[in-house]
Amino acid sequence: MELPLRVVLREDGSADPELDPGLDDEALRILFRKMALLRALDEKGLNLQRAGRIGFYIGATGQEAAEIGSGFALEEGDWVFPSYRDQGVALLQGYPLSELIGQLFGNSSDVTKGRQMPNHWCDRAARVVSVSSPVATQLPQAVGTAYAAKLRGEKIAVIGYFGDGGSSTGEFHAAMNFAGVFRTPNVFFCSNNRYAISLPVARQTAAASIAAKAAAYGIPGVRVDGNDVLAVFRVTRDALERARAGEGPTLIEALTYRIGSHSTSDDATRYRPAEEVEAWRGKDPIKRFAAHLKQRGLLDDPEEKAVFEEAREEVRRTVAVCEAAPPVPPESLVEDVYAEMPWHLEEQREWTRMPEKR
Amino acid sequence: MATMTLVQAIHDALGEEMERDPRIVLLGEDIGKNGGVFRATEGLWERFGAERVIDTPLAEAGIVGMAIGMALDGLRPVAEIQFADFIYPAFDQIVSELAKFRYRSAGQFTAPVVIRAPSGGGIKGGHYHSQSPEAYFIHTAGLNVVMPSTPADAKGLLASAMRDPDPVIFLEPKALYRTAKGEVPDAGSAVPLGKARIVRKGSDVTVVTYGATVRVAEEAAAQAEGEGTAVEVIDLRTLWPMDIEAVIGSVEKTGRAVVLHEAPRTCGFGAELAALIQEKAFLHLKAPVARVTGFDTPFPYALEKLYLPDARRTRNAIAAALSF
Ligand SMILES: Cc1ncc(C[n+]2csc(CCOP(=O)(O)OP(=O)(O)O)c2C)c(N)n1
Repeated sequence: MELPLRVVLREDGSADPELDPGLDDEALRILFRKMALLRALDEKGLNLQRAGRIGFYIGATGQEAAEIGSGFALEEGDWVFPSYRDQGVALLQGYPLSELIGQLFGNSSDVTKGRQMPNHWCDRAARVVSVSSPVATQLPQAVGTAYAAKLRGEKIAVIGYFGDGGSSTGEFHAAMNFAGVFRTPNVFFCSNNRYAISLPVARQTAAASIAAKAAAYGIPGVRVDGNDVLAVFRVTRDALERARAGEGPTLIEALTYRIGSHSTSDDATRYRPAEEVEAWRGKDPIKRFAAHLKQRGLLDDPEEKAVFEEAREEVRRTVAVCEAAPPVPPESLVEDVYAEMPWHLEEQREWTRMPEKR
Repeated sequence: MATMTLVQAIHDALGEEMERDPRIVLLGEDIGKNGGVFRATEGLWERFGAERVIDTPLAEAGIVGMAIGMALDGLRPVAEIQFADFIYPAFDQIVSELAKFRYRSAGQFTAPVVIRAPSGGGIKGGHYHSQSPEAYFIHTAGLNVVMPSTPADAKGLLASAMRDPDPVIFLEPKALYRTAKGEVPDAGSAVPLGKARIVRKGSDVTVVTYGATVRVAEEAAAQAEGEGTAVEVIDLRTLWPMDIEAVIGSVEKTGRAVVLHEAPRTCGFGAELAALIQEKAFLHLKAPVARVTGFDTPFPYALEKLYLPDARRTRNAIAAALSF
């Protein structure tokens, strides 16, 4: 049985009044600005990597509606368990752009001390949990955090992000199953961007959809047009409210498309027809939302340009500051392994200070 | 003889063995049309078809579990784990299952699976694209663990691995995929498992290593030679079961040993090597066995260069052994 696809933004730029979440003008403008910022960040990230100024980059181009629409639905106190592609959500949670960009450089402007490769950030204050590369490891953890909140009687929700490839893992199964059994306040948000590196989603599952899997865990599954920022916002807000109200978890599948290569290490032209990518470029989620805003009289062409210019400028300025920071100190290598440094790391710290001793 | 890179040599071994033995199948993530993220299987999907070069869903436990089942029933599966860092979801299948089939069934069931996994650092990959997990597998009875350092060995050892009756964890030093180039013999010339390679002869000190640090040892040995120190460098090639004669024979001659690897120090394979050397060559030793290793930290991103053993650190250890 196929679940219905939730759509708000119609072809002609109007919004379906039945599902329109009813955001005010200011909120709509913020959504647009954040989508533009995410696009500007991707443009810069890819350029920095190409120029050898950062080592690696993963973009979310084409997925801005899924990122920003879902992230905007989060409220004070909610937690995020992101994957490496969810910088947009992190920014909406209050993760400062300067820290995100500092992390790309891995120098002393990176509050995580250059420990991880680019796109593997975190922010305790914003309740954005540290990104890890191994796919879907964050999902059962999201269940645990939701359980802890429930145990303390806190009315918060915990959202876990993953991709279509992630839905094939044992962790996905464990997380859905645990969340169903314990009725934890979780939302599992799958950005189905149709590819896991080179493999199309048909290679991940024979199910009609990823959302359809929810039924097997006794939890609701929702399919949403992932290039429709208002629809994504609407279904995520509803699911988060359910979770906070103690009604249990929801699995959301946002149908979108990864416009770029998987990462700067990948070349998508090896496995994807150019026409397919072109067709999806025509469904650009930012343009689609812009058309809606224009129809509502909230945006015109010069303003649209100005928003992108501002976003690029903000990114440019932040890059300049972060890039100029000095490298991380060598002795930081052995810090943070344990709460207190054991003898063997004390010894190894000496080696970082006096390389001739090693 | 042809000159090729290490990754081309692996590619050639896979292709040639698949021609020779129709039971060989490959399975892994992105190995088909994409040819693997390092291109080790480039063109094999086109050549042998999607039934023998299998793009799997994203689940390492599924990949290894499925490979075991295939092997139990007469196929010769070669699984690719995209990065050794992503082998852990399959740890249960490897440690509890793959390694133990022969023993727990008293030989009724065997699972000759080869698991290929790009290993080690040097590509600015941070925690999850750089680790050296060999010690976990050496510690697990029933597994062969192999790591080549030259194109010729990569091809010859992989061919042997695919013919071996037991499971083989085949770790590929990804930093050498394209930087190691060399002559590789034509089809059919396997390099036996369990035999080390003496990279260079020397009488003053033995450096025992494998994988990407072989070239580090060679560099250090060349520098030491300039100062009149003759360093013998041993590339183990097969980490386990290892060539004990080659190592003990060398240390009996030199009286000094340095063990060198990228993996963390504590409980690294170097600890086992040091223990074996002192057990079997104690009376020949003129200095304690020295370890040059990665640090006991997660593999870092920004400080990768500091973390990885280099020629200078290796020379320091050699000098310390000589002046002990
Ligand atoms: C456990 C594990 N296996 C393999 C990889 C290598 N890898 C990195 S991303 C990726 C594809 C992930 O696809 P998906 O979950 O759809 O997310 P997307 O990248 O499309 O956002 C793979 C196979 C990994 N990171 N973790």
